[in-house]
Amino acid sequence: MDYTLLTDQDKEKMLAFLNIDCVEELFTDIAKTQGKCEINLPSDGKSENELIKMFRGFAEKNIDISKMPNFMGGGAYDHFIPSVVDSISSRSDFNTAYTPYQPEVSQGTLQAIYEFQSFISHLTGMEVSNASMYDGASAMAEGCLMMLRQNRKKKKLLLASNVNSLWKQVVYTYLTGTEYEIIELPADDGMISSDVLEKMLDDEISVFAYSQPNAFGYLEDSEKIGEILKEKGVYHVASVDPLMLGVIETPATYGADVIVGEGQSLGNYLNYGGPYLGFFATTKKNIRKMPGRVVGRTVDSKGRSGFVLTYQTREQHIRREKATSNICSNQALCALRACVYMSLLGKDGLVSIGKNVIQKSHYMYDKLIESGKVEPVNSEASFFKEFPVRLPIAASAFTSIMRQKGILAGVPAWFVCADSDKNTVLITVTEKRTKEEIDDAVLKITSLF
Amino acid sequence: MNEREDLIFNINSQCGLTFPEFENTGSQNDIPEKFLRKSALEINNAGEFDVVRHFTRLSRQNHSVDVGFYPLGSCTMKYNPKINETICSMDEFTRVHPLLPASFTQGNLEIMWELGEALKDITGMDGVTLQPAAGAHGEFAGILMIRAYHIDRGDKRATILIPDSAHGTNPSSVAMCGYSVKEIKSTKDGTIDMDDLKEKLTTDVAGLMITNPNTLGLFETDILKIAEMVHSVGALLYNDGANLNAILGKCRPGDIGFDISHINLHKTFSTPHGGGGPGSGPLTVKKHLVEYLPLPIIEKDKEKYSMRWDKEPSIGKVSSFYGNFGVLVRALAYIKALGADGLKKVSETAVLNANYLKEHLKKYYKLAFDKTCMHEFVLSGFEKDSSVHTIDIAKRLLDYGYHAPTIYFPLIVKEAIMIEPTETESLKSMDEFIEIMIKIHEERKNNPELLHNAPCNTIVSRLDEVKAIKQPDVCWNK
Amino acid sequence: MISDEILYTRTHEWIKKDGENSVKIGLTDHAQEELGDIVGVELPELDAEFAKEDPIGVIESVKAVSDVNCPINGKIIEINEILEETPELINEDPFGKGWVAKIELEDESELDELMNQEEYQSFIDAEE
Repeated sequence: MDYTLLTDQDKEKMLAFLNIDCVEELFTDIAKTQGKCEINLPSDGKSENELIKMFRGFAEKNIDISKMPNFMGGGAYDHFIPSVVDSISSRSDFNTAYTPYQPEVSQGTLQAIYEFQSFISHLTGMEVSNASMYDGASAMAEGCLMMLRQNRKKKKLLLASNVNSLWKQVVYTYLTGTEYEIIELPADDGMISSDVLEKMLDDEISVFAYSQPNAFGYLEDSEKIGEILKEKGVYHVASVDPLMLGVIETPATYGADVIVGEGQSLGNYLNYGGPYLGFFATTKKNIRKMPGRVVGRTVDSKGRSGFVLTYQTREQHIRREKATSNICSNQALCALRACVYMSLLGKDGLVSIGKNVIQKSHYMYDKLIESGKVEPVNSEASFFKEFPVRLPIAASAFTSIMRQKGILAGVPAWFVCADSDKNTVLITVTEKRTKEEIDDAVLKITSLF
Repeated sequence: MNEREDLIFNINSQCGLTFPEFENTGSQNDIPEKFLRKSALEINNAGEFDVVRHFTRLSRQNHSVDVGFYPLGSCTMKYNPKINETICSMDEFTRVHPLLPASFTQGNLEIMWELGEALKDITGMDGVTLQPAAGAHGEFAGILMIRAYHIDRGDKRATILIPDSAHGTNPSSVAMCGYSVKEIKSTKDGTIDMDDLKEKLTTDVAGLMITNPNTLGLFETDILKIAEMVHSVGALLYNDGANLNAILGKCRPGDIGFDISHINLHKTFSTPHGGGGPGSGPLTVKKHLVEYLPLPIIEKDKEKYSMRWDKEPSIGKVSSFYGNFGVLVRALAYIKALGADGLKKVSETAVLNANYLKEHLKKYYKLAFDKTCMHEFVLSGFEKDSSVHTIDIAKRLLDYGYHAPTIYFPLIVKEAIMIEPTETESLKSMDEFIEIMIKIHEERKNNPELLHNAPCNTIVSRLDEVKAIKQPDVCWNK
Repeated sequence: MISDEILYTRTHEWIKKDGENSVKIGLTDHAQEELGDIVGVELPELDAEFAKEDPIGVIESVKAVSDVNCPINGKIIEINEILEETPELINEDPFGKGWVAKIELEDESELDELMNQEEYQSFIDAEE
């Protein structure tokens, strides 16, 4: 099947108007260049009914995890998604619109982005947010680049080694062709040491980037980090878990120049890794240096309030090779989902989800440690929803055994933490997990050893 | 027309989503005080029904392709089939965690494999990555691959050539990869100036990045010669696949000399634009670039699918995980629905529609290049002694219920109006559009004031963009 | 040359002698009109040295941006800092209050290559 609408008579009429016999005549330029064009795909298409069957087939080749409580994290999280989010984001007025280049007929999208920006600004405590980036990793890379460009003399980025290693790879890729160099800050016991940080901040480092919480799930001492960076005159880039910010202090309070993060947790499905949503927030003085789109509120020619894309001269379609970034398409629909989700939570919901997650994750952690069967990685450290424990066996063997027992018990830490040993597993507890699920998981884990 | 909708922050009703305190059995909340947020959030609560009404009302203030014609050149605003939304929303796809082992995700991997194979087939290439999240992201990854290719050969090159008709993302992506950009002029006929190319094509050139058909809607007829010239100095030829919709089943970039091509799934392969994203920008490459593809690589061995992560000399990762999987599912569904014949029909119909519109409209608006076009064409809104500009024509179209074409791009056409009808418009819808464009042409002559003040039927009129910059308001505050 | 004559570049800067060894430069009236409402400027740093045709600054309107190119070889000796707060002066008074920078003139003969009013006018007409 196809989705065209022209009838044979329509085509004849059009060909006659164009004074040609067949549509091939419109392709003579191509025909002169490429003779016969062969595509090996089956020539016939599928009907809708056949398509459904075909994709059901693909779906069934995935192992059914619908009954397995999910304790996996590592950069993608199984949070609850209210029906309202699906309902709104599937409205074709949002879904089938383009980038809001004509503001008079795009106020819906524009206002939603403005509201998204406002939510992100309030959560992170930063003055300005953009309309979204591809994902948390690219947001972090672009945040580092934006700050690196602001120092003409110092060319080095100090990157905490306990940032999610998948993200770190993206940061390395983004800096490949630039004049900037990356130095990694080692993190023993899964945490940044302020002494080591202080020592490593030499005269060549212009930006320090870390994540809060880090890849192990541990909360870093943002206050101390902020003090050191301020004293040394080094720019401060932090990635955060947005869902902790109703309860946990934002690095903005400690002088962060850029706060980025992965917004998947805000109403977006796991989706096997995408589409996700990077958010990017900074201070007002960086607004002309930011990557990506920004929506501003202004007035129309009759004085009525309205929204437009603004500061567009930063962007590739105007500034070309001097643009602050090449980003064009972003993750607008994912940002809309996040916006609807945060609207439903509001002030109280954002606090209550944070508390709920902390209570559940700590309940599970305490039970596991009390059992004496697994060990803490760093017993001094604090965490939000994800924590590491050291097992008597390899983490990948452990998660595999647990899957056979019907539980997605976590992510082997070495998948995402460069400094981890093979026996450490990362366990995430979201608000979706019930007490029964947690108790059952703890029982099954502890009875293994 | 609806009233403007108040901001969500001005609603203050019962919270729409809270979570009860967890009945804590002995464990204490032991996050030390110093980590806790010190100031309360300065936003309100909104109940579920308030939220639903708010966003539903907002949605009604958008033009979308499901509501009407969207002739936005270079953006390929075609119909987004509903079945694709149904398919990609299946729980079996949406709830899959990206770090599950391959043995649990064979269906997903098969979808990615099949899509990769189809894209290689359609573009005539040997290798593929689905990881880039958008066209510009694909460009960035692709240029880094070109860079890695030259470095591997001990070849230091510093320049990438780009025609002056290129999308802004091209020079911007090139600059992000550390190359300097040199612009190649276009001829009076709208194609690459071969003399200018010859002059600038030195051994310092790492690659030439072109869009074929180009942004003027014209096929680069010298492409074989261009490819030969580029390769003869050891450079590579990059295809910006934004305009692939014109050549499906007619021509494969890999067959006519391109080494690498990105593909915008959200243009050619019908995935919805979502108000600006998410898109997807896979790259297909010739053999000599395969080893530089981003990681992981999806592999098939007999009937088993897996991911390969070994490093050198890959450019590394460009996304947190594997790309916008949800978008990939839709694109494969689209390709399967159409088959090879359907894809060919897409291009034939898109090109027929564009030429039909062009031949009608050129009687009223100056046509930048008067010849057969591909899937799009460029008019000029400039008319000597008229006070009406392209912006006025575009805004007047909004009054008549249309989205405006792409305007002021490409930069090399004065007051450009770039129109792309796509293959999914009916003859009736195009005839109606022609009628309105003629009407606007009449208004331009007889009542220019009307155009200067347009739009007047929309929920807001032209917005003060100077104020938006001079008195920035990008975040709601109490 | 006449000492107070205004000269022009092909990239739409104007140049005027301003003392023994210095020139004042700015954006032409034609250029400011093409750009529309100017909302931002990036000025060069004092004492920075530039070669002829190097970009020394950026003028931004809502939807366009234009480099200010150095019309001669020389060092920046003064910048019009007030533009950072009120860039619209370039629209309002391009040849007066909207000047951009003063540059040390090393070699007066460089001015000979620039266009006079008449030549610039016909250059613009040809560009149209």
